[in-house]
Amino acid sequence: MSGDHHDDALISRRVRRLETLLEEKGVLSGGALDEVIDAFLSGASPANGARVVARAWTDPAFRSRLLADGTAAVRELGFMDGSYQRLRVVENTETLHNVIVCTLCSCYPLRLLGPSPSWYKSESYRSRVVREPRAVLAEFGLGLPADTEISVWDSSAETRYMVLPRRPAGTESLDETELAALVTRNALIGTAAV
Amino acid sequence: MPDRFAPGDLVRTYLHDPPHHTRLPRYARGKRGVVVEAEGGAQLADVSAQGRDDAPVEQVYAVRFAARDLWGEGDHHVVLDLWESYLEEDPEDER
Repeated sequence: MSGDHHDDALISRRVRRLETLLEEKGVLSGGALDEVIDAFLSGASPANGARVVARAWTDPAFRSRLLADGTAAVRELGFMDGSYQRLRVVENTETLHNVIVCTLCSCYPLRLLGPSPSWYKSESYRSRVVREPRAVLAEFGLGLPADTEISVWDSSAETRYMVLPRRPAGTESLDETELAALVTRNALIGTAAV
Repeated sequence: MPDRFAPGDLVRTYLHDPPHHTRLPRYARGKRGVVVEAEGGAQLADVSAQGRDDAPVEQVYAVRFAARDLWGEGDHHVVLDLWESYLEEDPEDER
């Protein structure tokens, strides 16, 4: 298992040193890496995942395509990049709740969810959610009925997971944009409901 | 090459503790699970993580484990993405 993220400062120093060397050797021009990273992050936001969810809530055909082949369905909306090969969307129902984790490191569908929160990368979340998800979710303020089944999806290979939360009652009159505004990052991870 | 496993197949993960990187988490070693679906081929991370360029491409499967089988308690399930060579058939009559 890879270590926790307490040695970020050390890694940052190594990255800066490497970047400097690459620039000194003329492999990279100054600032080139920052431009690439900025361009990547500017397209990465939980607003993207929220748009996917709102579309699925309002368009049953899209919802079917999304659950059958997440990669192709989010590509329809312009959300897919080369950083991972496959997206699998898992749907919450009245009887089933899904939550995602990466116990080995911190794999995450960044383009759809934005940069991951620090707790997602913590050893505590990664080790506990696969063992006692009901207790962990309760700590997030999400109390599930005792008979709700829980599936934890541990992203140990190339697939990235996103949760399709349940559409809340009483939202029939809302349009797609208003619905998207209800969807939080944690709901897309499965540590909150909408 | 055809997939070795189909959705619904009963499998067991290997118990081996390799001296190199692997994507089979320790908590899921030697455990019984059920294949959910094939995810597509990917280079075996155990080999590619060693910086070798001869990593075989294997089918990766989503495999579902009961918490009771992983931890001895709990009523939830955990789904892991596992390379084909991590798995072997686990006939139902052994259960």
